[in-house]
Amino acid sequence: MWQRDGGQLFKKNFFFSFCVKRAVLRCLFVHFLLHSSYQLFVINPSFLCFRPALLREQHYQYLKKGLRHLSDAYECLDASRPWLCFWILHSLELLEEPIPTAVASDVCQFLARCQSPTGGFAGGPGQHAHLAPTYAAVNALCIIGTEEAYNVINREKLLDFLWSVKQPDGSFVMHVGGEVDVRSAYCAASVASLTNILTPKLFEDTTNWILSCQNWEGGLSGVPGLEAHGGYTFCGTAALVILGKEHMLDLKALLRWVVSRQMRFEGGFQGRCNKLVDGCYSFWQAGLLPLLHRALFKEGESELSRQRWMFEQQALQEYILLCCQNPAGGLLDKPGKSRDFYHTCYCLSGLSIAQHFGNMDLHHEMILGKEENRLVRLQQGCEGETGQCGWIHSEIDGFVFTYFFLFHVPPGYSRSTPLG
Amino acid sequence: MFFFYTVVLPPVLLDSTVNVKHLFIVLIGCILKVQPPKPLAKDRKEWADLEPVPQDDGPNPVVKIAYSEKFSDVYDYFRALLKNDERSDRAFALTAEAIELNAANYTVWHYRRVLLQALSKDLREEMRYITAIIEEQPKNYQVWHHRRMVVEWLNDPSEELEFIADILSQDAKNYHAWQHRQWVIQEYKLWDNELKFVENLLEDDVRNNSAWNQRHFVISHTTGFSDPAIVEREIQYCLSQIRKAPHNESAWNYLKGMLQDRGLSSPPGLLERVLELKETHCSPYLLAFLFDCYEDALENSNQKENVGEEERKDILRKALEICDLLANEKDTIRKEYWLFLGRSLENKSGSRGPSDKPPEPSDPASGQQEMS
Repeated sequence: MWQRDGGQLFKKNFFFSFCVKRAVLRCLFVHFLLHSSYQLFVINPSFLCFRPALLREQHYQYLKKGLRHLSDAYECLDASRPWLCFWILHSLELLEEPIPTAVASDVCQFLARCQSPTGGFAGGPGQHAHLAPTYAAVNALCIIGTEEAYNVINREKLLDFLWSVKQPDGSFVMHVGGEVDVRSAYCAASVASLTNILTPKLFEDTTNWILSCQNWEGGLSGVPGLEAHGGYTFCGTAALVILGKEHMLDLKALLRWVVSRQMRFEGGFQGRCNKLVDGCYSFWQAGLLPLLHRALFKEGESELSRQRWMFEQQALQEYILLCCQNPAGGLLDKPGKSRDFYHTCYCLSGLSIAQHFGNMDLHHEMILGKEENRLVRLQQGCEGETGQCGWIHSEIDGFVFTYFFLFHVPPGYSRSTPLG
Repeated sequence: MFFFYTVVLPPVLLDSTVNVKHLFIVLIGCILKVQPPKPLAKDRKEWADLEPVPQDDGPNPVVKIAYSEKFSDVYDYFRALLKNDERSDRAFALTAEAIELNAANYTVWHYRRVLLQALSKDLREEMRYITAIIEEQPKNYQVWHHRRMVVEWLNDPSEELEFIADILSQDAKNYHAWQHRQWVIQEYKLWDNELKFVENLLEDDVRNNSAWNQRHFVISHTTGFSDPAIVEREIQYCLSQIRKAPHNESAWNYLKGMLQDRGLSSPPGLLERVLELKETHCSPYLLAFLFDCYEDALENSNQKENVGEEERKDILRKALEICDLLANEKDTIRKEYWLFLGRSLENKSGSRGPSDKPPEPSDPASGQQEMS
């Protein structure tokens, strides 16, 4: 039925073929490919008018509830509760929904209970510290951005924790007695940079280890030798950006790999070559393009666009808005999958990237559908005095906490010592 | 199940009112692993001496999970054991219950490993245990890491390749499985049969990118890609797979990935073979490969003196033509990228080389054409 090679992908007598808009066709295509369900038209008549709407109110209610209560279906994330805080807070931030002061304070106190006495944050109170919930907790606290939030973090102990998971070859294990992969380098670099405890010695050999994860495909793998994968590629690349070493990658090969991950029919991104589209890669993959844009610019590339990222922004927005929204709130992988907070966070993050092009000086918007679909722009990091880089979650947060931690200098360094 | 066979089943069998239908139901129940509910730890005698430790979420919890009674019970006792650092068989048994409720709890796995060593548990039995858990939950980080630790302690990889092959038969792209496989092969030098294994997988599904990656992994760690005979063999392999499935991006990526360090124009006749394929087996990937060949030729022509200005301009023209074709017709989803590549190439090469010197005519005739 579906010819895969050489021929046309659609049956010629497909009854929508000549009168339906490309975007609706895209969603139908995904449905047919995956499960021949016709739920699409039950969702929202605005799709037929080709002005897809971001279901802001529904997503807000879903997120607001989840921040307090989760069903027993979330028992499987009992060792990832700081992640739940981060995914929900970041989503609310993108939707420009304010966090009530009381809730923010409660999150701070909860994350304080997740902090390990030996440093770093755990998946829940009483558990062992782990780099992933550490990343989630620190970033969640930075989103809250109050003095109470910053004061939760025990920076000295955090540095001890990072040292305790550092390996001789430059890599990091995710937790004491745990596994190694490139996520750990990103988690470590991110929290070290945000809390201003980053020292060159801590990341000695890490750059070379991350570089060894770039493979024959051009992308990066979880550990050297494996298949290139969107999540790991983002982690490795972003870690290098934070360390100021992204130019050491084969940027051209990486660029070719990541742009090839956008699906020509679905519009969304796949995680690996010849695999299926997934809404979360809207961030992990598409989020690489702004990083590469800046990296290439710094390398003297003169032909970069001044208006667009090097992926099809409209197609990604269509995929997210038409295929990844649950009508009751929350976003998801692809039609037919259930909603969850992870996909809500990364689909919205990807939507923001697809809507906004630019940096400090330049800003160009391309909003698909109604004006109200606009999300807050994700910022690439402020390069302050210390030359720190990395993703920061909103303009205001970016300035505030970089400022806050600038006055806390890592042990053994004076304020004037350049880092990185 | 022990409880079931010794306590529940005998009365059922002895009861004269029980007939074959009842036994059939019982048998189905066994197969489906329907078990009588196990009493909570707090109701079991063996835990009576230990005070359970409830989770400290604080007075105003956030992201509060509505744990089942079973979940809270097991973890309340787990927290108590952790607090006391108890090293006992009952603690070991409880880790299995905790894992069943949440296999992603890395704290529990760590504690189980501590107990495995402290109590000198049978590691062969642990291998059986972890095999069963991975079969149930193959996409979990902790289970694979645990298996790796046990294999290391036993220093025995003999079951690994077969086990991983079984997991891959259920999901041929499971990233954890491939990671474990590469670790075992590298650590214990089990390279011998891997290329054959990869070829079988590619027979099943020529689009399996994980298998293509494994191919690259095996060759780069054994023969390497320097030997021209190996390179030629791999080129033949790629081209024959491409003929069978022209729109298979993996095969094209492998071809490029294998050659890019030495230059795409280095294997003799490759460009010609690809141009031949273009007539009958064209794809956006073929066109992109052609572009890469031309770009590579242009870069290398700076060093070669026998590539004249005309030839360079011709190669550049062909390369830019392909960019346009891809951007506007054959691969429009990547339009921004192809346009950028075209602009970038044009800027780098232009009608002059990057050194910006005026062209040196290779003969007077072409020089005159330049002037007019």
